[in-house]
Amino acid sequence: MNPQFVMDGLIAGAMIGLGAIGVTLTYSILRFANFAHGEFLSWGAYIALAISGALGFAWTALKVPVGPFSFGWSLPIAAVIAILLSGLLALAVDAVLFGRLRARGGAVIILVMASFGASLALRSLLEFIFTSKPAYYTKALQIAVPLGGGLRATPDQLLSLGVAAVTVVTIHLIMTRTGIGRAMRAVSENPALAGLVGVDVRRVIRAVWFMGAALACVAGMMTGLLVQIRPYLGHDLLLPLFAAAILGGIGSVPGAMLAGLIVGLSEAAAVQLIGAEWRAAISFVILVAVLLVRPRGLFGRAA
Amino acid sequence: MSVDLIAYGAFFLTMALTYAIICLGLNVQWGQTGMFNVGVAAFVAIGAYASALLTTPDAAERIGGFGLPIMVGWAGAALAAGLVAWLVGALTIRLRSDYLAIATFGVAVTVQLCVLNLQSITGGAFGIGFIPRPFSGLAAKPLEFGLANVALMIAVVAGLYFALEHLAKSPWGRVLRAIREDEVAAQALGKRAVRFRLQAFVIGGAIMGLAGAAQGHFIGFIAPDNYMPVLTFQVWAMLIVGGSGNNRGAILGAVLVWGIWALSAAAVSALVPPEQQARAASLQIVLIGVGLCMILLLRPRGILGEVSVLSRLRPKLKKLPSKE
Repeated sequence: MNPQFVMDGLIAGAMIGLGAIGVTLTYSILRFANFAHGEFLSWGAYIALAISGALGFAWTALKVPVGPFSFGWSLPIAAVIAILLSGLLALAVDAVLFGRLRARGGAVIILVMASFGASLALRSLLEFIFTSKPAYYTKALQIAVPLGGGLRATPDQLLSLGVAAVTVVTIHLIMTRTGIGRAMRAVSENPALAGLVGVDVRRVIRAVWFMGAALACVAGMMTGLLVQIRPYLGHDLLLPLFAAAILGGIGSVPGAMLAGLIVGLSEAAAVQLIGAEWRAAISFVILVAVLLVRPRGLFGRAA
Repeated sequence: MSVDLIAYGAFFLTMALTYAIICLGLNVQWGQTGMFNVGVAAFVAIGAYASALLTTPDAAERIGGFGLPIMVGWAGAALAAGLVAWLVGALTIRLRSDYLAIATFGVAVTVQLCVLNLQSITGGAFGIGFIPRPFSGLAAKPLEFGLANVALMIAVVAGLYFALEHLAKSPWGRVLRAIREDEVAAQALGKRAVRFRLQAFVIGGAIMGLAGAAQGHFIGFIAPDNYMPVLTFQVWAMLIVGGSGNNRGAILGAVLVWGIWALSAAAVSALVPPEQQARAASLQIVLIGVGLCMILLLRPRGILGEVSVLSRLRPKLKKLPSKE
C-alpha cells in the first residue's frame, strides 16, 4: 500500500474533524442532529469564493500568489469575512426557523425535520445562484513536495493542516479556559440548571451557532481550496461529519477531531484497498460499527 | 384531444398514487410512531430494484432477470425493503431518536452507492429497462392502458388505506400512539416500546418498497437518478402538507404536492429558456424546502391533521386553566 494514503487521509480527516466539531457542539448544546450543517460548509466556501473573486477583480495585485501557495492575498482576506458572514448566516437561520420552533417547545425531531428542509433549501439556493458547475479559488497548479517517508504534499495542503491544528487548539482552549466555554458546557449538561445559576442560555446558543458555522466555513474553504467548490460539497460530507461526531462522542471537541482523522484515514485506506467508488460508504460502516459496539462513542458520556 | 387529456390524467394520477403509497408507509413510521426516516428514497429504491431483478427477462450483462410474475416482484420488493428496515431499526431504535435519522441518512447514501456501483446486479448508472408493465397487453391503446393502471393503483391504495386504518384503530395502533405520546407511561403499562417501534418501522419500510416496485413496473424503467435525496424530501413534504398521523391526509398530500410539483415543472420547461432550466429547477426545490419549513412553523398539523382523541383533547386541556 502506498504510504501517500496517510497524507490524503490526514487532510480529508482534518476537514471532516473541523466540520464534526460544529455538529457535535450543536448536538450536545441545542440537542438535535442538524442536517443543515453540511450546508454551512458549502455556503462558507461559496461566500469566500464570491468575496475573493470580487477582491481580485478590484485589485489585481491581490491575485498574485503568496509565497509557495496557489492563491493571492484576496483569499485569506475573503476567508476572514466569510467566517464572520457564515456565523451570521447560522444566526439568521436560527432566528427565522430553529429559534421559533424551540420557543414553541415541540419535540426534538421537529427540529431535525426543519433542519432537513432548511438543508435542501439552502443547497438548492446555492445551486440557483452559482449553478452546479464546479468552481475553484485559483486556476494555479501546484507541485507536491516530497516530505520523506514516501509522503508528498502541496504547500496548500500543509497550510490547511496547520490552520486546522491551530483552529482545533483554539476551540479547545475556548471550551476549557474561558467563561463562554464553561457556560457552553454547563448548558450542555443541563440547560435549566445552567439558567438558574445565571448563565445566559440564549447567548450560549448564539455562540454555539456562530462557532459551529465559523468552523464549517473553515472546513468548507479548505475543501474548496484542495478539491473543488460545488453546491453538494457539504451534503457529501454530511455523513462523514455525523459518523465522526458520533464516533468521537457527542459533545467532545477533541473526540470529534480525532474521530474526523480516523474517518478520513479509513476513507483514504479504503480508496487504496477497495476502490474510490466505495469511499462514501466507509462513514456508514464506521457509523454502524460505533452504534453496534459503543453507541456513546470514544469520549462520550453514557446517555 | 380529450382522450389524450384523460390518458394524461390517468398517468398523473397513477404516479401520484404511487407516491401516496410511499406516504402511507411513512405515515406508519412518522405519523403514528414518531420515527424520523431520512432514507425514504433508499427503501423505495430497494423495492424497485428487488422487483425489477425478480421480474425482468433474463439479461446477459447482469445477474438475474428471473422472469417471475409481477405479483411475486411486488411481494419480493416489500420483503427486501422490510428486511433492510428491520436491520436499521434493530440497530438504532433503542438509541436516541435522531440516531435513527442519521442511520437512515447513511442507508440512503449507501444504497445510492450500491445501485450505482454493483453493476452486475443493478445495471449501474444505466439502470434496468424492460421491466414488465401491468396490463402490457393493452399498451397499444393508451386510454385503456392508462385507466387499467390507475384502477390497479386505486385498488392498492384503497386496500392499504383500509388495512392501515384498521391497524391504527386496533390495540396495536393504540400502543404505538401511546408510545409516541409518552414512552415512559407506555412502558409502565408493560408495553415494550422498542419492539412496537421496530414493528412499525418494518411495516412502513415494506410499504415503501412496495411503492418502489409499483412505480418501477408502471414506468418500465428504473435508474439511480430516480432515487436521489429529493425523493425523500418530496414524500416528507407530501405527508406534512396532508397532515401526519392521518392516512387520508397522506393520500391527499401526495396528490396535491405531486400536482404542484408536476405543474411547476411543466411551467419551468415551458417558460424558462433551456440553458437556464437547471437553475429554475433548483429554485423549485428551494421553494418546496421553504414551504416545508413554513408549514412546520405555521401549521404543523397539515391540512387534515391527526384525528385522535389524545391529540384533540390535549390542546384544549392545556388552554382550559388560562381561560377560566
